[in-house]
Amino acid sequence: MPLDNAESSTRKYKVVGTRPNRPDGVDKVTGRARFGADAVAPGQLVGLILRSPHPHAKIKGIDASKALKLAGVKAVVTSADLPDKTDGDAMLYDVLVNVMAREKALYQGHAVAAVAATSASIARQALKLIKVDYEILPHVTDVDEAMKPNAPLLYPKMITDGMDPKPKKPSNVVRRYEFGHGDVEAGFKKAEIIVERSFKTEATHQGYIEPHACLANVGPDGQGELWVCTQGHFMVRDTCARLLGMDFSKLRVTASEIGGGFGGKTTVFIEPIALALSRKANRPVKVVMSREEVFKATGPTSSSSIDVKIGATKDGRIVAGDATLRYQGGAFAGSPVEFGAMTAFAQYDLDNVRAVGFDVVCNRPKQAAYRAPGAPMANFAVESVIEELAHKVGMEPIDFRIKNAAREGTHSSYGPVYGPIGLLPTLQKAREHPHFKAPLGKNQGRGMACGFWFNFGGQSCVSMNIGVDGTVGVTVGSPDIGGSRASMCLMTAEELGIPYDKVRAVVADTGTLGYNDVTDGSRTTFATGMACIMAARDAIKKLCARAAQIWGIPEDAVVWENGHAKPAGSNAGNFPPMSLKEIAAQAPSTGGPIAGHHEFSADGAGVSFATHICDSEVDPETGFTKILRYTVLQDAGKAVHPSYVEGQFQGGAVQGIGWALNEEYIYGKDGRLQNAGFLDYRIPVCSDLPMIDTVILEIPNPGHPYGVRGVGETSIVPPLAAVANSVSAAVGVRMTELPISPPKLLAALEKQSAMKKAAE
Amino acid sequence: MSSIKVSTTINGDPTEYVCEADETLLDVLRNRLGLTGAKEGCSTGDCGACSVTIDGRLTCSCLVLGAEMDGAEIGTIEGMASGEKLHPLQKKFIEHAALQCGICTPGFLIAAKSLLDHNPKPTETEVRFALAGNLCRCTGYDKIVRAVMDTAAEMRRA
Repeated sequence: MPLDNAESSTRKYKVVGTRPNRPDGVDKVTGRARFGADAVAPGQLVGLILRSPHPHAKIKGIDASKALKLAGVKAVVTSADLPDKTDGDAMLYDVLVNVMAREKALYQGHAVAAVAATSASIARQALKLIKVDYEILPHVTDVDEAMKPNAPLLYPKMITDGMDPKPKKPSNVVRRYEFGHGDVEAGFKKAEIIVERSFKTEATHQGYIEPHACLANVGPDGQGELWVCTQGHFMVRDTCARLLGMDFSKLRVTASEIGGGFGGKTTVFIEPIALALSRKANRPVKVVMSREEVFKATGPTSSSSIDVKIGATKDGRIVAGDATLRYQGGAFAGSPVEFGAMTAFAQYDLDNVRAVGFDVVCNRPKQAAYRAPGAPMANFAVESVIEELAHKVGMEPIDFRIKNAAREGTHSSYGPVYGPIGLLPTLQKAREHPHFKAPLGKNQGRGMACGFWFNFGGQSCVSMNIGVDGTVGVTVGSPDIGGSRASMCLMTAEELGIPYDKVRAVVADTGTLGYNDVTDGSRTTFATGMACIMAARDAIKKLCARAAQIWGIPEDAVVWENGHAKPAGSNAGNFPPMSLKEIAAQAPSTGGPIAGHHEFSADGAGVSFATHICDSEVDPETGFTKILRYTVLQDAGKAVHPSYVEGQFQGGAVQGIGWALNEEYIYGKDGRLQNAGFLDYRIPVCSDLPMIDTVILEIPNPGHPYGVRGVGETSIVPPLAAVANSVSAAVGVRMTELPISPPKLLAALEKQSAMKKAAE
Repeated sequence: MSSIKVSTTINGDPTEYVCEADETLLDVLRNRLGLTGAKEGCSTGDCGACSVTIDGRLTCSCLVLGAEMDGAEIGTIEGMASGEKLHPLQKKFIEHAALQCGICTPGFLIAAKSLLDHNPKPTETEVRFALAGNLCRCTGYDKIVRAVMDTAAEMRRA
């Protein structure tokens, strides 16, 4: 069925756009919802993992004989139990090595062995009895240090890809990327004002409140089950089955309720280990990470080092933009520097632009996706320079941005030409917003930033079953991480023309549906939602056919309107409309169950832009920054459930505020993480924040029948720069390193006052 | 390890259990009593996902031992609704979309109820400080604060 998308801007919605209660609400407020660690199986064992205390060490031997002799220990697993079955797939091999260290431990916290025992205390004792013989190697944890010629090498044979000519010497640089168009050097020659700055950002963690947890049960017949908190249980099934040499169809994976992910639960860590332990012990094994393990051994995002140079003419037109981005992605290839380079200038309409990215390895945990992976740091650097350049040109930063903003038809900095996009509307709304005109006091400043994210479509498979009572069950394979079941029900109800409370969405296991991509890339409401709409259209076709059968008229003489089958015109016959409920009631005698299906790989995810405004106040005595007011304006295409759209805007903004002000991975000279807990890795708490105001704009995405754009990720892109720009405005010092923690800000203020004194 | 026998009251029900000396109340609730509404987010008292009340006082159940609970009255999320009637806070959290993933929700509800039990007319600042021991990574707290303020207003009207 072709997409009938032209209607999306004029269509009057009955259900979509309302704010009903979510279907899983009662379960979540009563403690009844079952998350990763909440499952039990008869006879289950406790699995625990032994981790390297060293950031970089050769593993010369592992002796588990004493642990195996301890009463209650049922299995010990090392890399020897996970033979390489990756068949030349380099990315999968990296997953295997990250799951369990092989020749070397590559970061502090890298798993080296695991044990399954009848109780947690026995498992803890057993870990202490496993002897690992390490040969300690020199380590590196900073991206700039890792790129130096004499840096300790993680992979002594690694030659950088993407360089011309190819380097002769090995290094920690995995690959070079370059994006852009035009002639940057010629552009800078036309520039009358140039601002050039260097920036650093520290690694941050997604900080989901639920640690990774799973319950594995594998039998000697090669069949298994896995209960796991994940953003994508089909990905977990395929990855684990490949690593363990199991048939995909013999491993049934069920996604538990998921206690946050933000990208961090888009890969596997403990799952293959739990399966291997269970297979060896022939008992169910539950593995639950501690918070310390989450910090040390899952995937934070990259730390970065970025140079940005932007030039403009005196009338405020940008003539060239150039950026060099260096991201370390932990001990494996794949930092999101490519996305950083692609998104850095995506919000501007530029004739001459270039962004070069270097993917670097160092002795830290393998990074995982974190909400718009790679974009926030690049945006921080570019939007900081934009703000400074606007001031030097003598324009209001918002007017400077409006003058240079990307719009429909702009050749984007990463390649494609934009269709209808919502950047200018967010900027114009921002300028009209009361926040923008509110007065500021002493030590207070206002900053803003614009941000962009691509969004993703991907594979979705949906089944829809019409009950004989006229209610509808929607079966989806996308874990619901923030209310998506409500959106699926809304779109299904809208399309079928029935009330929201007659539809129930269920997240099904891997045995029930075809492959569904991970809940990532802001794809679920867009792509799985579109699959729901298409499955509803499939069901409608069948409902119409049943009505035709009952009326004894041709199928194509029946149309569907407002939840009813109707004869297409007076020629078709004179029958009163039949409701979905009436048709469904007759299903058993008109051909059996009525169901709709849709499976596809969605294209056409519309990009999403946002503008953020931040007011902050700095205490010059302590260097403490308080966020006073914050406003998010973002294009949602069409807000299916506006409350949860606002929630995405607010949540992303606050994660960005944490990134800007508090959050950082702190490494000692010994290469060990010094703040692996929520006390010292401080995410924003309730008393740190004001209300987060939101403005939803709806510029329909032509790639979706209702115009929906993904909204989950863009909201974390602008806050780093918006906060930094507001702090800079408050104190008159440009902060180029994140987080802007009190000691760092205080040092900058002291330096500024010393310079002022010297000038006097 | 020898087990310790404990007699206590949980959500009004007399409850006896045995536990080992090193088990936290959270371990006992989750692993021995099947009350998995309290969540372990950190085990260091920083996230508040395991919040319960002990003799009416808001506590992180990961920071007290199960063996210490003899004679105590414990309140958990499982006891918040009465029968099929949700507590007003539970209703308002759903209505305001004050949860996204929901892992922190039981802890927030226990902490918010504890606040309203002591202060039926809190200011926004008081709500924010009362809930500062509970981490939420999804919502940015905005809708949680609104839900609690709205509940307080409604309960005052009732």
